[in-house]
Formats: sequence, C-alpha cells, structure tokens
Amino acid sequence: MKEFINWMADPIRSFPVVTLLYYLMMRYYRIVGTKKFAYISLAVLLPVVVWFCTDPNFVAIILWPDNIPINIIIVLIAWLTWYSLYRCAQNDERLEQGLTPIEATPENREKVWTWPNLVYVELMCMIGTTIFLVVWAIIFKAPLEEPANPTWAPNPAKAPWYFLGLQEMLVYFDPWMAGVVLPGLIVVGLLAVPYIDTNPKGNGYFTIAERKMAMWFFMFGWLVLWIYLIIVGTFLRGPNWTFYGPFEFWDFHKVVAEYNVNLSEFVWVKWLNMPMPHNMIVREFLGIILTAVYVVVLPPLSATTKWGKKLIGDMGKVRYYIFIFLLLGMTSLPIKMVLRWLFSLKYIIALPELELSL
Amino acid sequence: MSEETRQQLNRREFFSFITVGWVAFTAALAGLGSLAFRFTYPNVNFEPEMDFVAGFPTEYENGVDERWKNGFGVWMVKQEGKLVALSNICTHLGCVPNWLPAELKFKCPCHGSGYYMSGINFEGPAPRPLERYKISLNSDGKIVVDKTKIFRYEMGQWDHPDSYIGV
Repeated sequence: MKEFINWMADPIRSFPVVTLLYYLMMRYYRIVGTKKFAYISLAVLLPVVVWFCTDPNFVAIILWPDNIPINIIIVLIAWLTWYSLYRCAQNDERLEQGLTPIEATPENREKVWTWPNLVYVELMCMIGTTIFLVVWAIIFKAPLEEPANPTWAPNPAKAPWYFLGLQEMLVYFDPWMAGVVLPGLIVVGLLAVPYIDTNPKGNGYFTIAERKMAMWFFMFGWLVLWIYLIIVGTFLRGPNWTFYGPFEFWDFHKVVAEYNVNLSEFVWVKWLNMPMPHNMIVREFLGIILTAVYVVVLPPLSATTKWGKKLIGDMGKVRYYIFIFLLLGMTSLPIKMVLRWLFSLKYIIALPELELSL
Repeated sequence: MSEETRQQLNRREFFSFITVGWVAFTAALAGLGSLAFRFTYPNVNFEPEMDFVAGFPTEYENGVDERWKNGFGVWMVKQEGKLVALSNICTHLGCVPNWLPAELKFKCPCHGSGYYMSGINFEGPAPRPLERYKISLNSDGKIVVDKTKIFRYEMGQWDHPDSYIGV
C-alpha cells in the first residue's frame, strides 16, 4: 500500500489525479459543499492521516521546522475551500428558488459602526496572532546554519515555502520564463482581472453558478497550479531535487535515469537523421512555428468558436484578447509539464547562445 | 520709492540667488546619492580570487578533482588527454551543483539539472553546458586558472587552445 502511494505521488500520476479531483469537486460542488460531506470526509481522512503519521519517513518530512507552516496552510486551505463551496452551494440554491443571496437579506444588510465592532475584532486577532507566533517560535527553533559560502549549496536547496511552487515550475522552464515572465503574468493578470471582468454578478456574495468561468479558471490556477506545486516542492522533493514519495527515505544516492531532449534535437537528429544546422533560426524552426501558432494563431482562432463569440459579445475584443493571452500563459505550465513527463522534452525553443529558451 | 524697492530683492537678484541655491541643492543630492551608491559595495570582499595557481599537471588523476571547489569554485577535470577548469555554477539559475562520483555526474540541488563529467548538460532544466575557465601553464610549468575568461560550449569555444591544456 505504501509502495503504491509512493508510486502514485509522482507528479506524472498525481497531477492528473489532482486535476480530476479538482474537476469532480467543482462539478459536484453542491454535494461537496454540504456539512454531511464535510463530516464524512473528516471521519475518513483522520484515520488516514494518523496511519500516514505512523511512518517515520513521513513524520520526518512534515515535522521539519521549515515545513510546519505548510501543514497549517494545507489544513486551512482545505477548510476555506470547503467553506466557500458550502456558501456557494447555499446561495446558488437560494438563487434558483428566486431568493436573494444570504449576504443580501435585510438582516445582513444592516450597517454597524467600525468602532467598536471591527476594531475590537482586529485587536483580538492581533493579540491572538502574536501569542501564536511567540509560542511557535519557542517550540520550533529557527535553524541556524553555517555562514554563506558562494561555492557551496545545501542539498536540497529549497526556497522559502511560499516560493516552492515557483521553484517547482523552474524545473520545467528556463529561468527567464518561470522566474520572470510567468510570475509577472500572474501578478499583472490578477491586477487586470477587475478590468477584464464585465460580469456584474457575484459582487459581495458567494456564488459559482453566476460566474462559472471565473471560478473554474481561478480555482484551477490557485489549487492545482499553485498549492499542488507547493506541496510537491515541499514534501516530495528531496536531495538533488529528485522525487521522493511521502513514505520514502531521502536517500542521497537515489538514481533516476533521465535524459531530456530539446525539440530541435527531436526534429533534426531523431526524425530527419541529420546533423544540427548551425543557424539558430533554421535549427529551431519547428519550435518557433509552434510557439507562434500558440501565441498568435490560437487567440483569433478561439474567437471564431461559439464560446469565443459569446465572450466577445459580452466583453469586447480588447478585453477578450487580453483574457485569452493570460489564459494561454497559465495553460503553458501544465502543457510544458506534461510534455516533459511524456517525451522528456527539455525546451521547445532552445537558444543557449542567447540564454533564452522556452 | 527707490529707497523702498532697494530694500527688497529685484527679479534679477532673486534669480541669481535661486540659481546658486538650486545648484547647491542638486550638488548635495548628487553627493548624497553617490555616497549611497558607494555604500552598496562592500569595503572588504571575501570572494575567492579570480585567478590562482593550481599546481603541476602531473598532480591530477583522470576524472574530477574537487580540491579547488570550495576555495575557488572550480573543478579540474582530466579526461581524454585534456585537463580543463570547469565552473561550478549551474547554467540554469546559478546554484552550485555537486559531483556525484558513483553516478559520474554533476547534479544541481536546486532544480535537478544534471551534467556529464565533461560538463555537457543532459537532464533537468539546464539550458546549456557548464562553462570552462581559461587554463594555461606558467613559466614554472604550473597550471594557472583565470576565471575572468570563460569558454562556452554552445558558442563553439571549447576548441579554443586556452580552454584546456593537453596532458
């Protein structure tokens, strides 16, 4: 059983599983978002977690001081995700019956004074957080390591926990893409959301039915492409950034046979049986064409579909193309990950001469 | 009337005063800025020297020699009659890979890039091979490694006579 879980946890298999779970969760949110479902899943999960914790390798990973916040975060995110689905399910059922959302009922629209109602709660939160952090700092000591040395790196060298999703992305991308372009797109894209979104529904109340597309895309990027990658980067990546299952001992000498190949090597060496040409553009022609199709041809093509036409009608052309561009940026991550797993593809365009790769 | 206006600044005097004041202000700001800029550079630099003498070529066995790795960030690799000075900076994001003697490869702990003994990248996200440093013999017959000059494989620079010494 433990062997099987170790085997399943490999991103090649766990990524599709997580994506499927995400789909089921969003598709059947009316069932997931009930108290009955929460109690049953808690009753099922608790013994499983206890059983997981009987394994010394698993306990060693989750009790590593750096990883404590991620344990807390996982529990919090599970709870918050369920709670928002619960509120969405409640509201959507009311909306179907022609009622207002719960947040818009007269007793919930009543206005109260900031002082003392809000400020008092904030003060209590500040005190509570301070106590929590002090107790935490006493129980789990911050690791004091040796002085910095530019010719030595710890193994595994891990980023702070909130960047481990980014570090996991960097395994599949050039540093320019995963370190600058994609994080930039995430920040700019999130800033642009209020300007792109023309749907007036869902202001100030929980709902999925009234803003399906926004919820589905955002929750996928958040839960699958960010939280899941943080979990993989934290718990499942050991020395040499090799994959280790949750019950696996972090053996420094675990050997994983891997050989990554650029698309241009596939084209010239494997398919055409020719030496690689010297000219960069000729060498990488297929990758450049594919990237151009992805970035330049796909957006207008998507605009001709029924879905695209409806969206353009709702939000206008400029908003639509910005939206599609951001969406393509997001989907480039799972595409690249799957290509790496299936074909050991390193880079679609590889221009090491210019230190630029895709 | 003239007596009263003499007490005050006229327009021309006002402008000459403000010019002096403005120039002084700008100069002070520029001085402060340059001091702040200077402050960002360390007074003492503990970084390794950029060139060093690495003993006689006969001291090296075939394979990877790690004796200069911690001091200078250089692996000496002797292979196929050539001795090269290989950089220990990963070409993906600048981490420091480890030499794994059992697997005969360099492996980066940050994102899992792997390199052969020759420095050619073959696994993980590294986009290009490790860089070579300039290596030469001085008049005593000792090896001198100069890290200010690098040779990159993808630029076809590994054939350059300064990038290796024949042994």
